[in-house]
Amino acid sequence: MLKPLVFVAALGPLAWLIWAALTGNLSANPLSDLTNETGVWTLRFVCITLAITPLRRLTGWNAAIRFRRMTGLFAFFYGTLHFLTYVIADRFAGLDFPDGIIAWSTVRNLVKSVGEDIYKRPFITVGFTAWTSMVPLALTSTAGMIRRLGGRRWNQLHRLVYLTGMLGVVHYWWLVKADVRRPITYGLVVGALLAFRVYWTRAHAVRPTATRAPAARA
Amino acid sequence: MLIKRASDIRSSEITDRKLYLNRREFIQAATGTAAAAAVGVLGSEALVQAAQPAPHGRKLENVKKSPLSLDENVEKPNKWEDITTYNNYYEFGTDKDSPSRFARSLKPEPWTVTVDGECTKKAAWHLEDILKGQTLEERIYRHRCVEAWSMIIPWVGFPLADFIKRCEPTSKAKYIEFTTLLDSKQMPGVRSPVLRWPYVEGLRMDEAMHPLTILVVGLYGEVLPNQDGAPLRLAVPWKYGFKHIKSIVKIKFMEKAPLNTWQESAPSEYGFYANVNPTVDHPRWTQASERRIGEFFRRKTLMFNGYGEQVASLYSGMDLKRNY
Repeated sequence: MLKPLVFVAALGPLAWLIWAALTGNLSANPLSDLTNETGVWTLRFVCITLAITPLRRLTGWNAAIRFRRMTGLFAFFYGTLHFLTYVIADRFAGLDFPDGIIAWSTVRNLVKSVGEDIYKRPFITVGFTAWTSMVPLALTSTAGMIRRLGGRRWNQLHRLVYLTGMLGVVHYWWLVKADVRRPITYGLVVGALLAFRVYWTRAHAVRPTATRAPAARA
Repeated sequence: MLIKRASDIRSSEITDRKLYLNRREFIQAATGTAAAAAVGVLGSEALVQAAQPAPHGRKLENVKKSPLSLDENVEKPNKWEDITTYNNYYEFGTDKDSPSRFARSLKPEPWTVTVDGECTKKAAWHLEDILKGQTLEERIYRHRCVEAWSMIIPWVGFPLADFIKRCEPTSKAKYIEFTTLLDSKQMPGVRSPVLRWPYVEGLRMDEAMHPLTILVVGLYGEVLPNQDGAPLRLAVPWKYGFKHIKSIVKIKFMEKAPLNTWQESAPSEYGFYANVNPTVDHPRWTQASERRIGEFFRRKTLMFNGYGEQVASLYSGMDLKRNY
């Protein structure tokens, strides 16, 4: 019941962006808006995904796990849109077209341009790494892949999302000129969600005590 | 029966017009601040409300064409809507549409500019006196932001050199420092310590005296809108936009170079000169190309923003990689 609702809601930002772009409701620099908004929504979906485990632990609402794959895949979806917007609006739009636009040289130059930018600019390097870190998570998100990997290994692999969150915040931080209030806000959210995990693991670690452990085995 | 209609409002209850206007300003300022705060938290400014172009202002009279203008058939000026909804003016917030949404609380009249430092005519000048007898010119200029977007803007203004001469700088005057208004009642953005307020910019004397350097009072033949730096701002078209200081309240002649706000904020990214230079990248992005607002494909950025013929000689012998 709730799941289709969440799915539609998660498409809301994209629907709004398309509507705003088509009706001229973005700023005078719509390409920059599309890049920024898809980026921010990626970070938001990463935060939502990271919030599900703390939410379950704190409220006991374990059914929330049902939404985690979906929100995670939406993070990857918006992240991919973000990356594509950058490739098209920033890199492709800045190319020379010596043989016309539809030519092999365009493809070569585009790959070169994206590659050089990722290599040369730390904030792009970090952003690209953040996106890359989501690829294996998206690929192994199916029930079949969970079975093949085994729950334990799957869980270990999917801790990569902690890195995604941290890199996403750094990427945002390095992008802004002087006003770091929003990156700081996201940094605090991601920080709190990760800190909760550390706290929870410590608080609930099974401490083998001298009396209990052998007794349990016996 | 005598129907007596009592006056239901006593005259003592009628709000004085002045008070009423003040209340309106207060409400405007308060809603401005609340909206700015909400926007800051949400981060999706565009989701809250679309930016509003500036209302059209008073038409300026006797504006002359200038040979220093671009040919508008070759370089088509950007729309009024673009120029008044998309810019940086951090005193009203750090989003591109913040100035257009919050600058109505700025009061550009009356306005005084304090002239100080190494000059004989130290005084507080009323804006009317600065403009008295001054011929206004339309100057269609390329405007290149350090963030790699650009516009063509039909400013109205007059050479800064004209005003400098009236201030009679002494031989010690090697630089000029400009200061923007700082008033948290008019400028909601200055309540956040994003930059050190007030905003300060500077020019070398020969840059300031250059015929391309103008003090701007208008846009598209009309009085300059608040969000674009009313009532008096600078335009130095071969330099990045952040040099074009807005809402100037102080001009000081100095022997040493002033420390401009962005250089103070991030000296490795923003220098004193800030000449448009496609060969010197910003540490975090390229300056080799730019997006002209309204276009899809990026343009190659021109050395000195295309004004090299007029200004390159100012920097002969200087290492522009070090003096960025």
